[in-house]
Amino acid sequence: MTLNAPPNNLFGLPIEWRERCVFNFHPTDNVSASLEVDLDDNLNFTKSLLILSDQRITLGVDTSENWDFWPTSPKNTLILTDHAGVGSLSLYVDGERVAVWRFTLGRLAAALRFKNQFERQQNKVIAGSDADESISSYSSDFVCQDCQSPISVDIDECPVCSEKESIPTSTLTLFKLWRFARPYHGQLLLGFILTLAATAATLVPPYLTMPLMDDVLIPYQNGVHIDPVIVSWYLLGLFGAAFLAWGLGWIKTYILSLVSERIGADLRTATYEHLMQLSLEYFGGRRTGDLISRIGNETDRINVFLSLHLLDFATDVLMILMTAVILISINPALAIVTLLPLPFIAWLIHIVRERLRTGFEKIDRVWSEVTNILADTIPGIRVVKAFAQEHREAQRFNDANKHNLSVNDRLNRIWSLFGPTVTLMTEIGLLVVWAFGIWLVSKDKITVGVLTAFLAYIGRFYTRLDSMSRIVSSTQKAAAGAKRIFEILDHVSSVPEPSNPLPIHTVQGRLTLSNADFRYGNRSVIRQLNLDIQPGEMIGLVGHSGSGKSTLVNLICRFYDVSEGSIALDGVDIRQFSVSDYRRNIGLVLQEPFLFFGTVSDNIAYGKPHATRDEIVAAARAAHAHEFILRMPQGYDSLVGERGQGLSGGERQRISIARALLINPHILILDEATSSVDTETEKEIQNALDNLVRGRTTIAIAHRLSTLRKADRLVVMDKGQIVEVGPHDALIAAQGAYWRLYEAQQRQAQIEGAVLRESPSMPVDSKGESTMAQSPAKDR
Amino acid sequence: MSIQEFVFDCDALGHWFYVSSQGVRHEQVSVVRAFPVVAPNEGVALLDAEGHELLWIAYLEQLSVELRNKIEQALRQREFMPCILRLLSVSSVVTPCVWQIETDRGNTTLLLNGEEDIRRLSGKALLVTDGYGVQFLIRELAQMDKQSRKLLDWFL
Repeated sequence: MTLNAPPNNLFGLPIEWRERCVFNFHPTDNVSASLEVDLDDNLNFTKSLLILSDQRITLGVDTSENWDFWPTSPKNTLILTDHAGVGSLSLYVDGERVAVWRFTLGRLAAALRFKNQFERQQNKVIAGSDADESISSYSSDFVCQDCQSPISVDIDECPVCSEKESIPTSTLTLFKLWRFARPYHGQLLLGFILTLAATAATLVPPYLTMPLMDDVLIPYQNGVHIDPVIVSWYLLGLFGAAFLAWGLGWIKTYILSLVSERIGADLRTATYEHLMQLSLEYFGGRRTGDLISRIGNETDRINVFLSLHLLDFATDVLMILMTAVILISINPALAIVTLLPLPFIAWLIHIVRERLRTGFEKIDRVWSEVTNILADTIPGIRVVKAFAQEHREAQRFNDANKHNLSVNDRLNRIWSLFGPTVTLMTEIGLLVVWAFGIWLVSKDKITVGVLTAFLAYIGRFYTRLDSMSRIVSSTQKAAAGAKRIFEILDHVSSVPEPSNPLPIHTVQGRLTLSNADFRYGNRSVIRQLNLDIQPGEMIGLVGHSGSGKSTLVNLICRFYDVSEGSIALDGVDIRQFSVSDYRRNIGLVLQEPFLFFGTVSDNIAYGKPHATRDEIVAAARAAHAHEFILRMPQGYDSLVGERGQGLSGGERQRISIARALLINPHILILDEATSSVDTETEKEIQNALDNLVRGRTTIAIAHRLSTLRKADRLVVMDKGQIVEVGPHDALIAAQGAYWRLYEAQQRQAQIEGAVLRESPSMPVDSKGESTMAQSPAKDR
Repeated sequence: MSIQEFVFDCDALGHWFYVSSQGVRHEQVSVVRAFPVVAPNEGVALLDAEGHELLWIAYLEQLSVELRNKIEQALRQREFMPCILRLLSVSSVVTPCVWQIETDRGNTTLLLNGEEDIRRLSGKALLVTDGYGVQFLIRELAQMDKQSRKLLDWFL
């Protein structure tokens, strides 16, 4: 059926629903959103379509023509909830639930958009403006047809869907490696020519057996004398061919191994480089062990495949083709009989391939499971030991290993049968050639020399076939490896680089967040957040844990991108800058400072590798780290990080502050920078931080409110929204959320103080408030 | 940074003392290098008994010869990080093993517990920690003789 004028914008609806919708809609009733819900009231799978139009919500049901309608009115509200994988959207009229629609969680994002569109429409009605235009912002162009998530204009494929797709490994994946082979095509061509020549050279000796038999040995048996000159020529020919094959084989193996090793190295570097570019979201969802094993093992496997197996395989194919040509040229009939087992072996290879394909992928997964256990437990060894769970962890490893064994065993059952079967086939083939050959000789169709040559050829031929069949497993292994590598390489960063990045010249440090929304998956973490931070201002972020403070900081650092709304630096959306240019202007001090393995000075100069020693010392001084560094046995050359010198938390923190100071950032972010240390150390760090904060736009998250005394404004967050903004005194006077938090901490401090006074034997080390108040006095 | 006149000497008890240009006297002063490996002659600091910095000398060349000698003497007493010049022999190529080495402070033996005790510092320097915690330095691997490099290669 054709739709003449599309009266009510039905094109946004899923195709299979459009036709029926025409009958159910009044031409003036504009459709602005739709949601396909896939569960009914009893949670059975039934598809029905929820359509939002100007005047009503319609529920289209597959099985019946009687569709339900609910008129929209300003009194209606939609509530979205989810529980145990089932989302439900409820319609309330005057606080009474009139309808509820259920769907599986995959549609939650679409449901959220439906609800948002509904609310936008409500607001329009309430605002009294015309509700006909611009509401229908619903456009099928920018929404994935499968998962209903919006796609940005410049990406062809829906990133959400493509990630979920899991097609079985195809050997075709290996052709993707061509991208890495292209720079070496000259050497590859040379290698191929050498392979061709070397293979040809190995085929000469069997050919020479023919005249040796027919012209020398058989005439001798018939009484003709052997001519030593001819014999020595033949023997020389044999030796020459062998020598040539040796030399050519040597050069070709060398060149091709060299190239494949380089391709492997390029692949590894490219993968790692790409991995470094990916957003934190990617790392959050992956396990370290899995990534390590991908970059380490898989690239190695591909490497071995390229340098050994592929080379062998190419040689084998060439050998077989050349042999076939020679055999046919000598005697077509015998050649056809000789080549008879070939299709059988090809068929066998095909059968086994199917089984091995999934098997090897499974082994890879199991193997990364084993690596994951290592990567989980070794960094967490203190927890393991503290809870005395060594045995359990060992058991877990043992189980994973057993699983690995059983998967391998299953695969080996097929594999072990495969090799001998191929050998059996070749033996039978040899038998057939003998039988047919003797028959041909007896009929005087061929000479004995021809038969000998044939036998010599197929001896080689079948061993080649045998070794060729072994390529199956390594090809499958390499293909599985390539797939896992390309999974990383093809992953598009969720924090994309703009195609035309704006250069950053001088940064004022003004940050503007407007209507910022952020969701982790489908959980809304930041909601409609507006905040304007002036250059040089210090903002203290306060709130319960889980209120979205750290997420806000992650958004400002562009570790994630906002789902909706924008964050602007000096009036320019941060998504328009190149990511690394932008981050270079941000200094980040985290709760758990991370020191890389290396010297102290390397760690301080991490963000600015070419910093002079004077700069490093100056940064360390400002961070109050200079003196304790000097006290270490090798000063700035002391090794820290893994296995290095033991540094206390406060010392590590001050090194990380020096690191932030050295890059001289315009924007400074302190994420609970002092919460993991004792009060005395906190004082030292606070002094260091005061140096750091000066003249920079600063966003500080702190659990202890006392550390935020210097903040120009405090931003109190709750459930992803800002509840209060203002300086300390004003917020205290307002007696709102901040006041409650502050009071609670004060009471806590008093109780602790009372406890300390009651037990004088205890060393008084948490002076809390009083030490904090004095801290600026010690400032240099 | 220009260095003011100051006094730095050894008292009768063998402790080093420092009198600043303002005339304040500090006892039991220690001298440390900030970058003992990569830049031994840059950044030398005088610390008091509690480890607080008293004076920062950006370059030793800034000092008068007399003072410089004193400082270097103090450094020599305090610092012990022999430089390995040559490897004479190793007991085994598998760790733990004992190396016979020639250092800038004479010949000695070194007990290496494991390969991980040889660490690459920034640049070409290597730091070898022996089984007793003494740290030996190899300033530049490439400048060692062929035999030493061959022996060392087993462990790198």
